[in-house]
Amino acid sequence: MNLTRQDVEKIAHLARLSITEQEMPVYVTSLSSIVNFVDELSRAQTGGVEPMAHPLDGQHQRLRPDAVTESDNHEKYQANAPAVQGGLYVVPRVID
Amino acid sequence: MLHTLSIGELGEKLKSAQISSVELTRHFLARIERLNPALNALITLTAEQALEAAAAADARRAAGEDGPLLGIPLIHKDIFCTDGVRTSCGSRMLDNFIAPYDATVVTRLKAAGAVMLGKANMDEFAMGSSNETSYYGPVRNPWDTTKVPGGSSGGSAAATAARLAPFATGTDTGGSIRQPAALTGVTGIKPTYGRVSRFGMIAFASSLDQAGVFARSAADAAIVLRAMAGFDPRDSTSVDAPVPDYSAALGGPLTGLKIGLLREFFEGLEARNSALIHEALKIYRGLGAQTVEVSLPHLPLSVPTYYVVAPAECSSNLSRFDGVRFGYRCEQPKDLLDLYTRSRGEGFGAEVKRRIMTGTYVLSAGYFDAYYLKAQKVRRLITDDFRAAFGQADLLIGPTTPTPAFAIGAKINDPVTMYLNDIYTIGANLAGLPGVSLPCGYVDELPMGLQLIGPHFSEGKLLNAAHRFQQATDWHAHAPRGYE
Repeated sequence: MNLTRQDVEKIAHLARLSITEQEMPVYVTSLSSIVNFVDELSRAQTGGVEPMAHPLDGQHQRLRPDAVTESDNHEKYQANAPAVQGGLYVVPRVID
Repeated sequence: MLHTLSIGELGEKLKSAQISSVELTRHFLARIERLNPALNALITLTAEQALEAAAAADARRAAGEDGPLLGIPLIHKDIFCTDGVRTSCGSRMLDNFIAPYDATVVTRLKAAGAVMLGKANMDEFAMGSSNETSYYGPVRNPWDTTKVPGGSSGGSAAATAARLAPFATGTDTGGSIRQPAALTGVTGIKPTYGRVSRFGMIAFASSLDQAGVFARSAADAAIVLRAMAGFDPRDSTSVDAPVPDYSAALGGPLTGLKIGLLREFFEGLEARNSALIHEALKIYRGLGAQTVEVSLPHLPLSVPTYYVVAPAECSSNLSRFDGVRFGYRCEQPKDLLDLYTRSRGEGFGAEVKRRIMTGTYVLSAGYFDAYYLKAQKVRRLITDDFRAAFGQADLLIGPTTPTPAFAIGAKINDPVTMYLNDIYTIGANLAGLPGVSLPCGYVDELPMGLQLIGPHFSEGKLLNAAHRFQQATDWHAHAPRGYE
């Protein structure tokens, strides 16, 4: 199945990616070829097969004691932020 | 010629005070300065910190400490967070990112006294098989600088092959250690999923990602892997199992070892490549191993399975790059949506965006069952095939790649052709198995790799089998011309 420009626009919106006019035809073509390639999977007989999410069976999510183990490093971490004010991340106004 | 020595030999020289770590570090820094510009294997050089770390290693040694990596230089793939040092993951998105902490791999190697020389170039967010998707430009293969070194850990592989460090770290999600190791003539090991901590290793596909080693021999890789591996409570899928002394087990007999020849790996394989693997099998038979043919019937579906599972996980993992907390932010965003979409659109390169969109598509309403769930089911079938094969053989053998290194630019505009480079390596990732690639000869004067795959947690057995091959051959000792 080939994807249309509208399909790619919808995917890009869901993925929160801006795609330029120049890039668009390249993605329409290459994403179509990838989708056609992975369509090969439909040939496989998978009736009754349990989906596998993780390579090591029988592993469980570990729990740890509910104790504070991290120290406050917010200044160090926020040093990488594009815009910070008073310890808060700054973004364009969301609510008028 | 310090750069020709093994980690073991360098350790002896350091121990007997014939050299200091500072001298060794200066030697490699000078080599990097002279040889890296033609290769672009390193994108960040940390000379000052390296000399400080070397002096500290010398001081530890003077105080009576010893250890196989104490004072030995290395290069980290730029996917590992290094406290206070830019960690770019090969992306414009993280071009300005100074990691605020060390990855566990970095912490462990530091504790062992290894000295970081710098950070290696890589495909952007480890997505690529040629190192051409890096924001910092392609890495060149030291065997022929018109050729790619493979990817995604292309910088680590090229640096190891060019003797810019005794070893380098890498990560392998679909072959990103084994494929570049093969194409640059070095030894690369991808351990069992969960063997090495993923903490501080920038995530691509979390159910597949695993850290490993590039070195010039299995014996060197054994030393490094032991220092890197082990349980880490900060990685939720880290396995709590003791780490064996891989070096101590080297040299054990291969008598009676059953090596399974993977039938599907030889279908359509070029005759010259196939001949190299059959030569290797002769050597193994000479060492007492038996060979049996085994089949992985679902293996031909491993590449399409991977290109659903990995992009799906990547689209989730890379949603953290939002232009708010760290990384690239676009100029003058007009609202929050514009901030997200343009920061991501401008910060990510073409292949990363392609994978994010592939993943978004296969996870989207109406396609989830047909693609993502289907791929997870086929993943189980492939894993079951491996399990059945290990009922007949102790280790599996085949080529690492279908061809030697290809020309820069040859495949970059055709993603599906590029993806098929990983046809022999992806299966091990889907099943979480350890694999090693080691040099086994040449096609068109370019190195080729022999791949061994073992059951979960069989790294010791794999490294021993690789080591015994390297005792019987000298392919691994060859250096590219100009880098001897």
